[in-house]
Amino acid sequence: MVLVLVLVVGGFVLFMFLILLAWFFGTYNVLVRMRNRVTNAWAQIDVQLKRRHDLIPNLVNTVKGYAKHEASTLEAVIKARNTAMTANGVGAQAAAEGELSGALSRLMVVVEQYPDLKANQNFMQVQEELTSTENRISFARQAYNDSVMEYNTKREMVPSNIVAGICKFDAKELFELKDEAEREAPEVKF
Amino acid sequence: MWEAISANRSKSIVLIVLMGMLLALLGAVIGGVFFAGEDGMLAGGAILGVMIAGFIWFVMTLVALFQGRNILLSISGAREVSHSDAPQLYNIVEEMSIAAALPKPPKVYIMEDKAPNAFAVGTPENAAVAITTGLLSVLSRDELQGVMAHEIGHIKNLDTKFMTIAGVMMGTIVILADVFMRGLIFGGGGRRRSSSSDKGGGQLQLILFLIALVFAILAPLFAQLLYLACSRSREYLADASAAVFTRYPEGLASALEKISANHSKLASANRVTAPMYIVNPIMKAHAGGNSLFSTHPPTNERIKVLRSMGGGAGLKDYNEAFTKICGKAIIGETTLRSAEVLKMRGITTPEPPQLPKNDIKRQTREATDILHRLNHFAFISCPCGVRLKIPPQFNKPICKCPRCGKEHPVKIA
Repeated sequence: MVLVLVLVVGGFVLFMFLILLAWFFGTYNVLVRMRNRVTNAWAQIDVQLKRRHDLIPNLVNTVKGYAKHEASTLEAVIKARNTAMTANGVGAQAAAEGELSGALSRLMVVVEQYPDLKANQNFMQVQEELTSTENRISFARQAYNDSVMEYNTKREMVPSNIVAGICKFDAKELFELKDEAEREAPEVKF
Repeated sequence: MWEAISANRSKSIVLIVLMGMLLALLGAVIGGVFFAGEDGMLAGGAILGVMIAGFIWFVMTLVALFQGRNILLSISGAREVSHSDAPQLYNIVEEMSIAAALPKPPKVYIMEDKAPNAFAVGTPENAAVAITTGLLSVLSRDELQGVMAHEIGHIKNLDTKFMTIAGVMMGTIVILADVFMRGLIFGGGGRRRSSSSDKGGGQLQLILFLIALVFAILAPLFAQLLYLACSRSREYLADASAAVFTRYPEGLASALEKISANHSKLASANRVTAPMYIVNPIMKAHAGGNSLFSTHPPTNERIKVLRSMGGGAGLKDYNEAFTKICGKAIIGETTLRSAEVLKMRGITTPEPPQLPKNDIKRQTREATDILHRLNHFAFISCPCGVRLKIPPQFNKPICKCPRCGKEHPVKIA
């Protein structure tokens, strides 16, 4: 009789323990998946920034033929690009990329004065690529922030915060631009 | 978005189980009529029927999972385009798959059709989006982005995957019911044989036969209702996703406006593929309203919801706008709790974009250029502003510009 009781209670406890374990593993895996998504989204921003760097020589060459008097604007773009490519550290890189965005939008203002250039097939292609690249960069940042928000919410909410605490899932930082003006800047208008 | 998808998924599983039950029941009833043994052994026939139904479904699902995307794309006459064929379209699709954080950007297809429409197929890892030249030629960049965000929303929310599985089930049910009806007309062998045996069994068979008949008529109808019930709410959810991805609901809203202004039907669409398009390709936008049998919610209602998001672009904002207009919520509680309020990018008051006429002309030209490029035309820009389109059959070394008469050398491949 006692043996049966012990078996039943023991079985029940074991059962509950297994359920708890399954929940723990499940939540752990969800957290890992979310964290990987954050890492991946961060890498995507770099990919798109590199795309922009690769595009600039092409842009500069196309503009050069038509706008010979704008050498200083073009040089500023090239300089900003080189600084951005060699920048180390998140802060320095963000500053250099901001500088590059500024230089690019100044160039685009200059381009407005050259109708021949604007009608050039080659330029129109580069322009579409540039617009798309600027969009990609801002969408990549947006996706990164969305994934960080999701991950942080999950690791703070009950009960998944227990798993996050035990297994040391650290909070991730949002990608934030210093001021609203800078947030608007990368949108290149033609 | 994670939560929205999982809520969606559990609802989809319920629907698929219901459809599966319907399929099994239909198989059992038909099997009972056709394969019942001499002594009225109903159970044996029913089990055989279920097994046959299951087998057909299994084979069709396998085919759909491995070849479904290609079958659908070839039915609709879509052709794949690369980045060099249609740079803007291709770029926009990549931008949106970055915003949606898809593991791989979908392939891009184009359909040569005047009716403005677009659809998506496949799983997030292996997806495709298709758009008609008619739609491509009327949309601005922002609007095209809205449309592609909606399609990628379908892929991200696993709607396209679900639609493939549910579509196959519906197809199986329709086929089974069809075969049964044909069997009755051209043979009815099983019934006649058993009615000539003993009287009691015959009567039972007759009752069963009537049940089967009613069932064979009703089952496809039920299946379609189930299929459509989820397709409508998914359209709203994809709209909400599009707003989240682009942070600019006005883009999709004005695209939908342009689409609903055009009433041409899509030649290649049918009843099974209809729910996959951005607007119903076979019914007129205003006809049908919000009935049980419509695949899509009324387009003007979708536009209204998108336009009353009040400067926000998150799921919460969409839900509020939806509640205001349709009187009920669309997005689940758990999803909203973890959803943040998102700001719209750029201008906060939606202003209907007024496109100059020549812009439409330019877009139409670009859309036809894509087709020309797909057909291996060569392009030569003449200094006088004319673009010469050289067909691949062209076999002379020199081509004269029709406007200024300048002669251009042509490279012959």
